[in-house]
Amino acid sequence: MIQIKDLHKTFGKVPVLKELNLTIKDSGIFAILGPNGSGKTTLIKSILGMVVPDKGEILIDGKSTKGQWEHRQKINYLPQIANFPSNLSVIEVIEMIKNIRNSKTRDGDLVELFKLQPFLNKKLANLSGGTRQKVNIILTFMFDDPILILDEPTTGLDPLSLIHLKSLIKEAKEKGKTILITSHIMQFVEEISDEIVFLLDGKIYFKGSVKLLKETYNEQDLEHAIAALLNVQYD
Amino acid sequence: MIKILKYSFYDLMRSRWSYAYFVFYLLLGFVLLFLNNNLDKAIITLMNIIVILTPLIGTVFGVMYYYNSKEFTELLLAQPVKRSTIFLGQFIGLSVSLSLSLVLGLGIPFLFYGIMNSAIILNFITLIFVGAFLTFIFVALAYNIALSNENKIKGFGYAILMWLFMAVIYDGLFLISLLVFDDYPLDQFSLFATVFNPVDLSRILILLKLDISALMGYTGAVFKDFFGTIFGLIASFSMLMLWIIFPLLRIVRKASRKDF
Repeated sequence: MIQIKDLHKTFGKVPVLKELNLTIKDSGIFAILGPNGSGKTTLIKSILGMVVPDKGEILIDGKSTKGQWEHRQKINYLPQIANFPSNLSVIEVIEMIKNIRNSKTRDGDLVELFKLQPFLNKKLANLSGGTRQKVNIILTFMFDDPILILDEPTTGLDPLSLIHLKSLIKEAKEKGKTILITSHIMQFVEEISDEIVFLLDGKIYFKGSVKLLKETYNEQDLEHAIAALLNVQYD
Repeated sequence: MIKILKYSFYDLMRSRWSYAYFVFYLLLGFVLLFLNNNLDKAIITLMNIIVILTPLIGTVFGVMYYYNSKEFTELLLAQPVKRSTIFLGQFIGLSVSLSLSLVLGLGIPFLFYGIMNSAIILNFITLIFVGAFLTFIFVALAYNIALSNENKIKGFGYAILMWLFMAVIYDGLFLISLLVFDDYPLDQFSLFATVFNPVDLSRILILLKLDISALMGYTGAVFKDFFGTIFGLIASFSMLMLWIIFPLLRIVRKASRKDF
């Protein structure tokens, strides 16, 4: 379980997260939605400990993450921008992360699934954005840890890879993992998520199922429901 | 830590720059020995180069490596690794690889020349040792500057300024103050002023080891009294050590508060 209590974060003079309280129970797919600059990535990075919050507390399974690093052993993170050391080859990065995390992996199956064998010995700098994203996905899904955090996982993927990604996410859910996803593709969110957390200006404006959101705003699809939610907030 | 260090080290060993640096010292060593045809003189020339060049290379590589390995750092930050481990690992990887270029690059030509059988082997070792110390110190200082500046150009500029200050401007100020306060006893002051700049400290350390301090007159005698003793040697190497430890402490502190 992830508990976030009274989280504050300011970048320079811009407040990004304000008194954010959120509890994410174990197992299930949670979509964190919100317009650009609403604090989604900051929230995710705070959970990981990459961003240091100004105030507040984050507990994972009851333990505070402040100044800790051990909790990252439980988290597999897919960053929004697939930045890799450009002079390493795909296989070297995979081996490096395996070596650092020191746990069981299934990278072979995933390389096969995403047909990455021809790229294994290529330098990451020379790969296309979509291929790099596939490497990113492999690095995240090759481990079997209880929490998955996916920041814009669909970026640059072709339709076939998207299907593979969805099946990987569903498989992870069946194993009882907690999965946090951010995405701007509502169709994708609607299809896979169990619960939605809507962030706006660093605060949570809605938390509940897709169905509840649609009913609340009396809309047929998620996209319009979100638009309605935004309209109400800005009015 | 060892894992991070290993990756940083391999990463650098594969880059062309490490080799260029190594080849530079190799050529320098051979050329100096060939031109001087005398180990003593070659070592004095070498000292002048090392005292200025290792800080410069340490500074430039330190800043460049920090900015260039940003992706690597971000990838590691999401893994179960302590922050201080990541940065200290990178720092040691970089410093060790630069020092290795220095040691091998100069060691090989001097070995060929028969430094092992000469009386000044200790001087040579001191020289290399000081070069390695300066590399560690300036990489640490450069890392500090890079950590505090998101903007690459700014970071690079400050780092070069820092080097310029330590290597050139400090000496200028030092000399001016000696001239201005000519009427006062300055031996204590100059001793202190020397200790607070790693470049000067290294230079004096080598000069005294080379036994040419007589050239420096009365102050030289004071210096000799201090640095020439075992106590002085230990004190100055501890001072160089502090020049590594304090910047490292700041790296750890700064890194633990930074957002990525």
